[in-house]
Amino acid sequence: MQRNGLARLFAGAVIMSLILTACSGPGGSAAPSTAAPASVPPATAGQTAVASPSSAAAVTCSGAGDQGTVKLMINQWVGAQANVAVVQCLLQQMGYKVETNTLAEEVAWQGFDTGEVDVILENWGHPVLETKYITDKKVAQDAGPNGVTGIIGWYVPGWMVDKYPDITDWNNLNKYADLFKTTESGDKGQFLGSDPTFVQYDEALIANLKLNYKDVFSGSEAATITAFQQADKNKTPLIGYFYDPQWLQSEIKLVQIKLPAYTAGCDKDLKAVACDYPPYILNKIVATKFATTGGKAYTLVKNFQWSNQDQNQVADYITNKSMSPEDAAKKWVTDNQAKWSAWMP
Amino acid sequence: MTAISLPAAGRLDPLVARRILVVGVLAVVALLYILFHGQWTLPHDKDFPLFKTLNGLKETVDENRTVLDPIRLAIATLVDVFNTGISILGWPGVLAVAGGLGLIFGGPRLAFLCVTGFASLGVLGLWDASMATLGLMLAAVLISLLVGIPLGIAVGRSDRLSAFITPILDVMQIMPTFAYLAPMTLLFLIGAPSSTIATLIYAIPPAIRITSLGIRSVDRETVEAATSLGSTRWQVLTKVQLPLARRTIGIGVNQTIMMALSMVVITGLIGAPGLGRNILQALSKVDVGASFDAGLAIVILAIVLDRLTERAGEWMDPRSRRADDDDVRRRRIRYGLIVAGVAAIVVAGRVMTNPALFPKALAVSFRVPVNNIVHWITGTFSGLTLAIKDAFTVVVLNPLETVLTEAPWWLVVAVVVVLAWYISGRRASVTAGVCLGLVVVLGLWNHSMQTLTSVLVATLITLVLGVSIGILSARSDRLRTGLRPFLDAAQTMPAFVYLIPAIALFAPSRFTAIVAAVIYAVPPVIRLVDSGIRSVSATAVEAATACGSTERQLLWKVRLPLSRRALLVASNQGIVLVLAMVVIGGLVGAGALGYDVVTGFAQGTDFGKGLAAGTAIVLIGIMLDRITQGAGGRRKTNVAEAG
Repeated sequence: MQRNGLARLFAGAVIMSLILTACSGPGGSAAPSTAAPASVPPATAGQTAVASPSSAAAVTCSGAGDQGTVKLMINQWVGAQANVAVVQCLLQQMGYKVETNTLAEEVAWQGFDTGEVDVILENWGHPVLETKYITDKKVAQDAGPNGVTGIIGWYVPGWMVDKYPDITDWNNLNKYADLFKTTESGDKGQFLGSDPTFVQYDEALIANLKLNYKDVFSGSEAATITAFQQADKNKTPLIGYFYDPQWLQSEIKLVQIKLPAYTAGCDKDLKAVACDYPPYILNKIVATKFATTGGKAYTLVKNFQWSNQDQNQVADYITNKSMSPEDAAKKWVTDNQAKWSAWMP
Repeated sequence: MTAISLPAAGRLDPLVARRILVVGVLAVVALLYILFHGQWTLPHDKDFPLFKTLNGLKETVDENRTVLDPIRLAIATLVDVFNTGISILGWPGVLAVAGGLGLIFGGPRLAFLCVTGFASLGVLGLWDASMATLGLMLAAVLISLLVGIPLGIAVGRSDRLSAFITPILDVMQIMPTFAYLAPMTLLFLIGAPSSTIATLIYAIPPAIRITSLGIRSVDRETVEAATSLGSTRWQVLTKVQLPLARRTIGIGVNQTIMMALSMVVITGLIGAPGLGRNILQALSKVDVGASFDAGLAIVILAIVLDRLTERAGEWMDPRSRRADDDDVRRRRIRYGLIVAGVAAIVVAGRVMTNPALFPKALAVSFRVPVNNIVHWITGTFSGLTLAIKDAFTVVVLNPLETVLTEAPWWLVVAVVVVLAWYISGRRASVTAGVCLGLVVVLGLWNHSMQTLTSVLVATLITLVLGVSIGILSARSDRLRTGLRPFLDAAQTMPAFVYLIPAIALFAPSRFTAIVAAVIYAVPPVIRLVDSGIRSVSATAVEAATACGSTERQLLWKVRLPLSRRALLVASNQGIVLVLAMVVIGGLVGAGALGYDVVTGFAQGTDFGKGLAAGTAIVLIGIMLDRITQGAGGRRKTNVAEAG
């Protein structure tokens, strides 16, 4: 019995050592897969297998991968994925390896500190984080606008505007409050608040505009999108926080409610705020280290600038046309040579 | 005559007295509620001073984080080692190793399961992500076992240490996973190291508990015999206790792996690579089909690892070896052949193919059909399901929530304390009182009562469903076999995957959160009830049948009463699992504590509130756990998590 046990242990040890020798096996080095000419870096694996149907042989979204690694952060929304997909395609073609990471907005900024994130391609405000990481810690810096203007606001599905044309004026919202009653809002109308990671102060707006509504938080962007999709499909009333550019805007019709216009400084005190959200000039943030040592990759990121339409186009490929982000980027890059060649170093 | 009338004249029958007491207490509670409801209610104050204090804590840690950097780096290196190992093996190598392990531990059938299981990860087009998840999980499991098994042995041999560590393990298991993701990123930033440590916290309790259980369950007489023969403590441990506890320790390893796998996926939220990230990306596109593919990969990985480690545990146990295994030489030859075969495939794989790339030609995805099914279901039934949600919320949820939030807080505390005493005795009632008192101090009374409402309702539904299905399953082997894959899937499929259809059917609401919690918590309850009823001794059943009991009488008078302990453990587990879903509920519109935790994780300015809310969930958990655990008059076991 003892000996059997020993034999078993021995067999186990042999297997373990086999695994270990395999680990340090044929290649010998720690990363043989990148050294071997036949193999492709994992990051570009997705694209090489699917040959581009278009004639532009120049666009492969892949390259030697020997120029170094760039770590791009992907925000959770698809517009941000579109930014990253296109920049990733171009960087890879320039010979860089690209690592991507999907993170919540605030969490992502930590990545500048740890080296886990080189670039955020779409930043929505965040003055507190800017002070902390750009001014105080100096681990990040502003790399200019990405060309997209962000709009945050209150939206209703399009069919509601056809049926109740004056609903788009916030002054009339109390008149319609009963429509929006749900089990979650009691005797008030339900205002669907959004993903807790997003910039939002609807609770204060509702109070300060004296609206008979209750801010019910959807809790996640997926929940908000699903709620709007259902409201559109089943013609159920819904009012809530939404934004643009966002791929859902091209799938269903959403109409923005006119809140009291934004004036500079009206959102200074978030407890007393009674005006619409400001338009956001979205910008890029890069790690300081990347800015100094990133070379051509940094120049590309710095030059990257496109429009709401461009971004929505790529986001639409990804969501409604069911393309992979890689294929969507490849298609856009193939079709828009003039735009991206201006960004190239 | 005299004998019968005497006691009645003297004092009340104790049963009657107890009933009068209960009715009296209820009447007093009702009266107090009517008199004082709406007063002493502690409404939610989102600027509660304590939250700001806790925010300050965040800044302090932020400034001194470098102290923890060595830990962070060490763990990152360990994860890298596993990842590099897997990537060098390549896909043919991984398949070969899985098959080889299957052959050694189980035989051809297990080997087939392992190979096809791993191959299907590649077929789903998720090879890289699956391997990233596997690497992360292995790192966390390795640390869990390196720390957990020695600790478990120590706990198994010392009552004092056991008394000290058990409450800590309780808290670790009750603590909802999301609640410590934010503190993790605060201490160790985002990425693989944080993910590994969070996974560790989640996965280590079963390793410690079950190891100690294994050591303790070794027959006392055997240990005494060894001691009287002059064995030292060390000899008793290595020659008697450990060999005899090997099988149980194997179960502990199995549990640790299963729990680590489910947690690794959740840590996608803090930047961990792998399948969790795929699911989150699919979620942002509301692409149920894509997240289903990733969820399926996790289920497959879980099933393969579960069966493999289950058999490995049996293989380790000398008592279970097969007869032909006695031939040491033949066995050595067999192992040698397997090892050589695996080595050959690894080498051949590296030479012949690109080991990093799983062939794309084989790809299969359930994305489109799943999306079509989901669209059809949500389109067809949403009217009905919304009506159900509305009715249930108005009839059950809202009234209960109103009572709990509008009653004076001291009345709720008093009722819970008395109830805990009645059910589980003095210690549980003190614990419950302290927990609720701390909730008041944390400034989260209102939200806690809202969350408590949902938790109670979800637990009730879970128990009704779980017990009835469990009874049915105990009476039919066919049903049980048919249920097993569904139960496996419901337990391992990450909740994110089914949240979107749930939202489409029930709108963002507390009810949706309850549905998600029930799906998650019902399977273990079914399993516990099933095994409890099945283990009722056949003699008792036969005796009752011989006495002419009907099927119904058999169930109510024999089977259920005799499996009372299993039922109590099941309800305890039900509560703990429902509680684990509270934070997920925050993601689908349930608000309250779950939402506070999510916000605290997302917005720096709400960190304090999130931390307090996480603590409040733990406190509610401890309270409910103690009350129900005491009812069984025994400690909770982890049978529930046994896949």
